[in-house]
Amino acid sequence: MRNPFAGDLEKSSTERITSALFVVIVSLFFLLPIAWLFLAPFDGQPTYQLKLSDPGLGNFREMAENPYAYRSLLNSAIFSVGTGIVIILIGAPAAYVLSRVKFKGRDVFLYFLLLFSSVVSGSAAMVPLFLLALRFNILDTYHGVIFIIAGGLLPAAIFILKDFTDSLPKSYEESAKIFGASSYRILRDIVTPVIRPGLAVIFVWAFVQSWGNFLIPFLIIRDVAKQPAAVMMYSFYTEAGQAVIRTVAAFGLLYTIPVLLMYFYVNRKYGFRFYGGIKG
Amino acid sequence: MSTVNIKGITKEFPNGVRALDNLDLEIKDGEFFALLGPSGCGKTTLLRTLGGLEAATSGIILIDDKDVTRTSAGDRNVAMVFQDYALYPHMNVKENIEYPLKIRKYLKEDRDERVGKASRALSIENLLDRKPGQISGGQQQRVAVARAMATTPNIYLFDEPLSNLDARLRLEARSFLKQLQRELGVTTILVTHDQSEALALADRMAVMELGKIRQVGTPVDFFHRPANIFVASFIGSTPMNLLEGVVDNGKLQIGKAGFDIPSFIAKKVTAGQKLTLGVRPEYVNQAKSSGAGTFSGTVKITENLGTHYLVLIDADGTEVRGTVPDGNEPEIGATFHIKPDTERVLFYDTNSGELI
Repeated sequence: MRNPFAGDLEKSSTERITSALFVVIVSLFFLLPIAWLFLAPFDGQPTYQLKLSDPGLGNFREMAENPYAYRSLLNSAIFSVGTGIVIILIGAPAAYVLSRVKFKGRDVFLYFLLLFSSVVSGSAAMVPLFLLALRFNILDTYHGVIFIIAGGLLPAAIFILKDFTDSLPKSYEESAKIFGASSYRILRDIVTPVIRPGLAVIFVWAFVQSWGNFLIPFLIIRDVAKQPAAVMMYSFYTEAGQAVIRTVAAFGLLYTIPVLLMYFYVNRKYGFRFYGGIKG
Repeated sequence: MSTVNIKGITKEFPNGVRALDNLDLEIKDGEFFALLGPSGCGKTTLLRTLGGLEAATSGIILIDDKDVTRTSAGDRNVAMVFQDYALYPHMNVKENIEYPLKIRKYLKEDRDERVGKASRALSIENLLDRKPGQISGGQQQRVAVARAMATTPNIYLFDEPLSNLDARLRLEARSFLKQLQRELGVTTILVTHDQSEALALADRMAVMELGKIRQVGTPVDFFHRPANIFVASFIGSTPMNLLEGVVDNGKLQIGKAGFDIPSFIAKKVTAGQKLTLGVRPEYVNQAKSSGAGTFSGTVKITENLGTHYLVLIDADGTEVRGTVPDGNEPEIGATFHIKPDTERVLFYDTNSGELI
């Protein structure tokens, strides 16, 4: 008789082979473009094929001939780090207050914030954002881009950070208070270190969102020297609208690496584990 | 080493809940005082108000005859041990104990000396480098007590510090706390919902109900002379017999059984008044036959308490509990006679619930 609790152990070999095959096909579908991303930049004559002929660094040299290529990567870093900092500086205190101070309609307020920030976005917000930037005189500036991107990300950041802060037991702060710690010290010594994994996750998330944002800098930045990589990528086309595969491939790899490194670093250092120390 | 004097404290929360209701309490220097009560009675709120985590709506709190009602928590020189211990997870044990000392700007040598002293007193010297997540619940509790101790506060506030430990460890930690408090001689206030904990630890204790104190006294007072029906039913591992009757001709008539009312009580009651007779099952013993002051009925339940059996009989609709030594326990359904010890019987006014 078939044991209903045996699960996978009792599955027939054909069943197992089929499911394994399915997994392999799906992974290949996603892995092939990634493999291309790592091979094509070093290929002397890259095409859309997955191959490595005539390997060398010629593509990177050709890319560097564009005077704005490396500059744009630096610009992206400025935008992304700036967005991350603004998000943490504004989002963390806001989340802390929303977590600790109860007022009527708090949850509704949070949901509306989140809802509107995701409804009014993208191309729908293009014209009003441009007009706002014009009025505030922040067109073609770094901080203009940073504030607009950060503004769009803040509601979600506050929402997630509030969740992190909610999981921080109140007794931590209360015990410090009885020992005579000021509010500032409690924030500095207790709250911030304990929710640091949350802050790191939000920083990286904001960084990546800003790094990949095309629309806002495209809208706000006029000066080519201030363009970020996402917009720069758009200029690696021939006049006929044909992508220049050599430079696109090389630039694409450089554009990807910081985000990958960041992901691995944070995952290794913080992951999603949370401290113990509270029983109950 | 301080006295605490609470006068007319009321705490009302914004949602209208009145957690403390015009409450008075005096705690003596060096006393181990327990606040006991069912959940929601306001005992934790009282402790938090003493610690300065809640502001009293009205009334005053005096510590050493100094008004601290509006003093901030950090300036009261009290230390609190929380139910979840509130050890900071990112600091190791040493840093945890040291943290309050750093806040109070003690010098490095002074801090080291105090940490050493506290950790030796609680035998946790070998854990100083560990993080709170890496030590057991019992050890966490000791660290929390050490942290409170290191600042040499005037008063310790314990909020159910034993409730997160398993039963075995709890007994150990209990005698340990008692011993430590004796040695330090610091006024200690313990909040608990576990009466055995309060009875075992406290020099004096208070039972609270609905934001009011129902009785203050020594554990012995509570066991022998509960001040009202609420306390009588709350205290004791086996519930006290509370039997309603009517005063008739100098006797309290409960069903068919009549009890002589002692003369000093007889003066205070009138015929026809409803009284409740309270007597612990431990003081209700087997009688040979029915008669005055004796309950007779069929045995409904017997429970083994070790050296004794708890016997529940149904005497014409009145359920009465008594104890008999093991070996003498009756069969269920048998007719049985039990008689309260007249020296141990208490009379309560049924309407007011107060002891007469």
